[in-house]
Amino acid sequence: MSHSVQLDGIGMTFGSTRAVGDVSFTVQAGEFFSILGPSGCGKTTILRMIAGFLEPTEGRVLIGGRDMRGLGPNQRPTAMIFQSLALFPLMPVWENIAFGLEARGMGRAERRKRAEELLRLIALEGYGDRMPGELSGGQRQRVAIARALAVEPGVLLLDEPLSALDLKLRQHMRAELRGLQKRTGVTFIYITHDQSEALAMSDRVAVMSNGLLQQVATPRQLYDNPATPFVARFVGETNAITGQIGAVGGGMARIDTAMGPLRGRADPHLAVGQKATLYIRPEALMPGTGANTLHARVSRMDFEGAFALVHGQFPDGAALTAAVPSTRLSDAPAPGTDASFFFAPEHAVVLADA
Amino acid sequence: MRDLYRRFGPGLATVFLSLVLIWLAAMVLAPNLMMIDYALRPNLPPAELGGPQDVWSLDNVLYLANEGVHRAIFFKTIWASALVALLTLIVCYPIAFWMAQRATPGQLSIALMLVIIPFFINEVLRTLAWFILLAYRGPLNAVLLNMGVIDQPVRWQGDGGVLAGMVYAYILFMLLPIYNAIESLDRSQLEAARDLGAGTVRTHRRVVVPHAKAGIATGCVFTFMLAAGSYVAPALLGSPGSRWFTEIIYNWFFEGGDWNRGAAYALTLLVLCLAVVLVTLRLFRVNLTDVAK
Repeated sequence: MSHSVQLDGIGMTFGSTRAVGDVSFTVQAGEFFSILGPSGCGKTTILRMIAGFLEPTEGRVLIGGRDMRGLGPNQRPTAMIFQSLALFPLMPVWENIAFGLEARGMGRAERRKRAEELLRLIALEGYGDRMPGELSGGQRQRVAIARALAVEPGVLLLDEPLSALDLKLRQHMRAELRGLQKRTGVTFIYITHDQSEALAMSDRVAVMSNGLLQQVATPRQLYDNPATPFVARFVGETNAITGQIGAVGGGMARIDTAMGPLRGRADPHLAVGQKATLYIRPEALMPGTGANTLHARVSRMDFEGAFALVHGQFPDGAALTAAVPSTRLSDAPAPGTDASFFFAPEHAVVLADA
Repeated sequence: MRDLYRRFGPGLATVFLSLVLIWLAAMVLAPNLMMIDYALRPNLPPAELGGPQDVWSLDNVLYLANEGVHRAIFFKTIWASALVALLTLIVCYPIAFWMAQRATPGQLSIALMLVIIPFFINEVLRTLAWFILLAYRGPLNAVLLNMGVIDQPVRWQGDGGVLAGMVYAYILFMLLPIYNAIESLDRSQLEAARDLGAGTVRTHRRVVVPHAKAGIATGCVFTFMLAAGSYVAPALLGSPGSRWFTEIIYNWFFEGGDWNRGAAYALTLLVLCLAVVLVTLRLFRVNLTDVAK
């Protein structure tokens, strides 16, 4: 019984601050959808508008095709998992899970039974009579999820629920959340500032910056075809080389830079002479020379196991990061030397500067 | 204690400690022991003090138990004080909740000022203000008459006046503990309850009140004790039909000239108040240490 969520030009202005401006996208029913952006980009505001804690100052929210204007959070088919989890510390775990059912007037025996089923779903059988304070961070996390799922929401809203956990547990909970979403089929809208979290878990991701929507795409598209300079820099590591468009055609563009002409994939609407930047991922750079060659002074190399990260500076002062696979470590330039790297044009993206 | 010794050295720390102990013994323990002693002895002319009649007995307490009018006033004082605590709670809880969770910082400071500034004024004067407000030819009757709500002045003084005066006098003692308790409630708890479909009543009953329980109990205990021991409000705002037990104690001391019986009455009030407070705390499952915070 999952619902789609449609944002129709929503905006939110607090006093004179415009927190969110004219955002539209549709989340399909049963989708794992993430909203990614740095803190203060308006992603939590969007989530609170979907949940009903905030009424958008412009536009509207539709859930399952139904206009949500004027409906409070207790009347919407959404359930939220708060960043602080907001478990009720004075109620035992099972009453926490069954709180939404209690609010819906379900009898005590039936509530208890339902709570036990949910405890089984989150693999915490037998923990029903404990208090939330007696559980570990990961267990509390799962109780918060069970409490939200208990009311059988059409949409589950998650506000950075993993940010308080340590890395190991966070990675474990990612897989668990993803599995839970697949099993229950509920639409998940997940807020995060952690791009690897968003890429790893989501069917699609919306990237936000300064209250504006930058791009909505699958993780793969986001990584390979960033639509804006912000997305190119925010999602994953990248090398940015500035220049001017020299030629456009066949889905490619030539950009004239301080290191000579370079080629990359580009939008055909780019105009010759426009200021633009070429973005190339560290793993697409290979030591050596070829059609697209970059020159840089290598300053340091960090060995990370599967690959080594080579750091350096381009002649214009911009930072270089290249990932060299461990199997090809012998090709890697030594720190302190000038080195050349080349890349295949289809691995680079040229975007007009904003 | 050990911390005190480490910080100030043995000499100074011992001085501090003995000052505190002397203060407690002379100002708290001794008067109470003396009161118990007075309460248990009969009221004798000076010549018979220390004589064969001057022995401990429960006669003074039994006198209260057998005196119907005093007994009735005693129990009325107890339940009326409980009523004062309840009314004060009903008045203060919504204000405290609003101040702690809803008010903007600006609104909060204005509200706090409005609540605290009247308390710069002596309790007697504040009660006197109510005396004027509630007077037979006073402003309240004048306003109600003008509005046509009543067609002749009401005698407010009596039980109603005493309740009003006390609720007003003790608002701060109820408001601040509850405000403190609710203030520490994480806002997201309220949002979570609402998000899960709970209405206002359920959110308060299941989330806010359990969280604020110690604060509510503290406020109720303070208010109850103050009301039971109050003298000004019943003396100024009461009527002959609404006598408070403290007035009878006062009479034994200053008009009846029987300090022993007065002490016995005061002791009985103290004991019963303590019992009520301890039972209340037990019922609320709150510890005395929580109240002390």
